Amino acid sequence: MSAGHALLGLLAEGERHGYDLRRQYQRRFPAAKPLAAAQIYATLDRLLRDGLVVAGATERVGGPDRTIFTVTAQGRAELQRWLSQVEVPSEYVANLLSMKVILALLVADDGAAADFLRRQREAHLARMREHTRVKSDPGADLLRVVAADYALNHLDADLRWIDATLQRVTQLAKEIRP
Amino acid sequence: MTTTTSQSPSDSTTGAVLAARSLVKSYGNSPALRGVSLSAARGDVLAITGPSGSGKSTLLLCLAGILSPDAGEVRFGGARIDTESEARRSALRRREFGVLFQFGQVVPELTAQENVALPLLLSGVRRREAMTAARSWLDRFGVADLAKQRPPQMSGGQAQRVAVARAMVTEPEVLFADEPTGALDSLAGEQVLGQLMRVARDGGTTVLLVTHDAKVAAYADREIVIRDGMVDGDAEDAGRPTTSVGQHRIHR
Repeated sequence: MSAGHALLGLLAEGERHGYDLRRQYQRRFPAAKPLAAAQIYATLDRLLRDGLVVAGATERVGGPDRTIFTVTAQGRAELQRWLSQVEVPSEYVANLLSMKVILALLVADDGAAADFLRRQREAHLARMREHTRVKSDPGADLLRVVAADYALNHLDADLRWIDATLQRVTQLAKEIRP
Repeated sequence: MTTTTSQSPSDSTTGAVLAARSLVKSYGNSPALRGVSLSAARGDVLAITGPSGSGKSTLLLCLAGILSPDAGEVRFGGARIDTESEARRSALRRREFGVLFQFGQVVPELTAQENVALPLLLSGVRRREAMTAARSWLDRFGVADLAKQRPPQMSGGQAQRVAVARAMVTEPEVLFADEPTGALDSLAGEQVLGQLMRVARDGGTTVLLVTHDAKVAAYADREIVIRDGMVDGDAEDAGRPTTSVGQHRIHR
């Protein structure tokens, strides 16, 4: 995830100061991990250095000084380029779940691996229930529904892998430690 | 909770509306259920999941009193139903249970409104009253405008909404649903499921939801996984390993 491009996109929507950007980030990407303030300012510094944004007026509304950031023409061009670029599906899948199963089979047995998979299934389903509650709320806007659906589909993919692996774990154990 | 709590058919000893103990069921020589126990309290929304052929649909049919188990017992409100006559179980289903299956449950010759009114008419409600109730249930599921149409004129999603309205029209104590949205594309299915769950929760209906789909199971409060005719995890409690290393190695 490129925080720089995300901020660039939010600034292209309208100029903002850092604090405002942080709130907008949460509003637009409700399922994403919130950005820390330090991360926002470090990213803005980098965008400034690269000439993709410029710092404008400083506002003071009661609290500390707030600098308004505006996207430059170069920034807009970079954003367009990035948005039209297809993401390369990653070549390597470093999946913690699959790694744990293989290691459990190496150092313990299929019973331990199966037990882990069952408990992991419960944890995944519990998280899926949370997302389902969010999206089933009659007041939920489409932005939230779409974000929850993204999370649900990814969790569901893991879950189907968990189920398939549970069915083959004994066979897998024999292959790993004949 | 509403004022109906005092009349709800919970088992006074366990608080369960529906409970099964050690259910066994075979089709010929092939066992479908090999000792399944579970219980559901009033208002519980329970997902029954598992791979295809695991016995989850058979379990639902036994719980709903449609199939008789070979051994074990099913209790509704504390009273056994598996030993009742077919006539009495059928009356119980009309009065207290709603059933919703994936395929073909709406009567093609009847209008949507008549379809939904059917369970009420069968339990002796007067036609005018039944038709009024049917209309309001069609409305709750957003298909009131289809009242006079017949199923062949409807899309799959519309027919499913009619089926859902029909399952809920008697305001059942327990709703049995087997892959209720399985025949739909996911967006339409999700909408129907979301509405159904809201209605069921508002009315305190206990829901038993059979599905192979975790995204559907996530609408429930908890999940029971059925594998090889048993509740996953139960075998361990009984001291028998579920993934028996020794057993599998013998076969190789």
